[in-house]
Amino acid sequence: MTTQTLGNVANPALAARWRRATSEPDWLRWTLIGISLSFLALFLILPLLVVLYGAFEQGLAVWTAAITEPDALAAIRLSLFVVAIVVPINVVFGVAAAWAIAKFEFRGKSILITLIDMPFAISPVVVGLIFVILFGTQGWLGPWLAAHDLRIIFAVPGIVIVIAFGTMPFIARELIPLMQQQGKEEEEASLTLGAGGWKTFWYVTLPNIKWGLIYGIILCNARALGEFGAVAVVSGRIRGETNTMPLHIEVLYNEYMFTAAFAVSSLLMGLALVTVAIKSVVEWQTERSRRSADTP
Amino acid sequence: MKFVKRLKLVAALVPALALGAEAVAQGSVSLLNVSYDPTREFYREYNEAFAKHWKGTAGQDVTVRQSHGGSGSQARAVIDGLDADVVTLALAYDVDALRKNADLIPEDWQSRLESNSSPYTSTIVLLVRKGNPKNIQDWDDLIRDDVEVITPNPKTSGGARWNYLAAWGYALKQYGGDEQKAYDFVSKLFANVPVLDPGARGATNTFVQRRLGDVFIAWENEAFLSVEQLGKGEYEIVVPSVSILAEPPVTVVDKNVDRKGTRAVAEGYLDYLYSDEAQRLAGKHYYRPSNPAIAAEFADKFPDVELFGIDEVFGGWNKAQEIHFNDGGHFDAILEAIAKR
Repeated sequence: MTTQTLGNVANPALAARWRRATSEPDWLRWTLIGISLSFLALFLILPLLVVLYGAFEQGLAVWTAAITEPDALAAIRLSLFVVAIVVPINVVFGVAAAWAIAKFEFRGKSILITLIDMPFAISPVVVGLIFVILFGTQGWLGPWLAAHDLRIIFAVPGIVIVIAFGTMPFIARELIPLMQQQGKEEEEASLTLGAGGWKTFWYVTLPNIKWGLIYGIILCNARALGEFGAVAVVSGRIRGETNTMPLHIEVLYNEYMFTAAFAVSSLLMGLALVTVAIKSVVEWQTERSRRSADTP
Repeated sequence: MKFVKRLKLVAALVPALALGAEAVAQGSVSLLNVSYDPTREFYREYNEAFAKHWKGTAGQDVTVRQSHGGSGSQARAVIDGLDADVVTLALAYDVDALRKNADLIPEDWQSRLESNSSPYTSTIVLLVRKGNPKNIQDWDDLIRDDVEVITPNPKTSGGARWNYLAAWGYALKQYGGDEQKAYDFVSKLFANVPVLDPGARGATNTFVQRRLGDVFIAWENEAFLSVEQLGKGEYEIVVPSVSILAEPPVTVVDKNVDRKGTRAVAEGYLDYLYSDEAQRLAGKHYYRPSNPAIAAEFADKFPDVELFGIDEVFGGWNKAQEIHFNDGGHFDAILEAIAKR
């Protein structure tokens, strides 16, 4: 298009000057592209390749053995189990919080928004320590828990709690701007037409926020699988019981089992790549549904 | 509403998964052994051997669960409530923390079992590159001007404190107990260290992956492990003439076993570590067996070395810690002097 317009200018010398004025010289363009591509290659592609190389260096059989070993399977199972609890909890919390913030006016709203962001601001290790101080035998609730033979930290519940805490903001953060932008007219219309609260939620609100919600779930999911710092503090690292995938990788690495560590890493990386793929599809869907909403 | 259906499916799956995770074998006893990083392969084999032995003698099925991590942080976890029946850590100092901070074990814990409660031992050796290009044979060679030494920082790494004390002990022997000369010797050694990594794993990477340095000071069992895993034939282990006796001790965690009613099997578990079978397994996994008869079977693997104990030369861990590694101790002074140069 541009060349055509420029070509239409009668004076070729003038056209060339226009082109120079509106675009960078070739050398600058290629340098910039080169810099960003090599940056990507160095910090993104290369590490990914290193993981893959490390994982498959000794052949497919070794890779398969490393990820089907009982401890690795237990770690995978635990990670998926934690995700299966944490994500639904955060869906409920995220939708409720976003709903309250976007559709209602109340005192302390800004405090609630700030609180939701807290887990992003606190270092994961500190999150872990908070729960050790709370539930550890030397901690506040520890003696009571011990007396009732309840185990929270150094057991699965502790892992679930710290991961739920760390991933809490993802869904709410995704939904708040979306719901605020959509306003409450549609819900009000639905209510005045006689639909109940639940009906309005299922048939009006939820379809509107569907893609944002899915996007939030994906992010929450990715972070829940990858969380390390907080889990390392509260896990107790019992093999086959309280080692999540990232912890299992660290243990393998510390025992000089580099190939196995890379094999499990490649699995986690594979999950991340799938997540990114789904995320792109969702983004594309969101874009499409927005466009179809814009055109009447 | 496909989406809603999917949500319902997830909700239905959660309790099913929970049941799967909670399914615990019944009618048998289970022990939790909280250990440190490089013992994994050893205890994996030992646990199987012990399960067979216990079934044969007590007629009870026993499952041993393992937890591995850095020795210091593992002790911390037990203090905070990790339900260990036994701990098998790297240093007496870490085990003693269970008594000092949480009163989980009695004061005399270390005299309850033979050999200072250390069924297997190790020592500090020198790992060099293939063919030993710098011809490093003993501690003396580490203070040569043309030699670069890799060791982690004794301030942050428990393992590195052994390295430091081994060098110090050697110098004391060499110079007839002259503390000043030992101080100078260790100063010269640390002046040859190009990077002081905070932990053993980082230091291993510096030596192996970044290929920095000519010699890496390491625990003997870890040196064997890293040679095994990081490239056979690329490194050689040099055993110095004198080194320190590293005793990774074991103990029952009294408070936990009494509450859980597992004392008998936990004590049986540790006692069996001294059996011939377990001693051979320790040797196979690069620890020096504490039983001299079994140790003799591994003579070709573990060259003879004059070993000194931390108690006889440094008056025990707590004293060594205070004089050498606490703030303002010898090590701080050494680092300061090097930084000024």
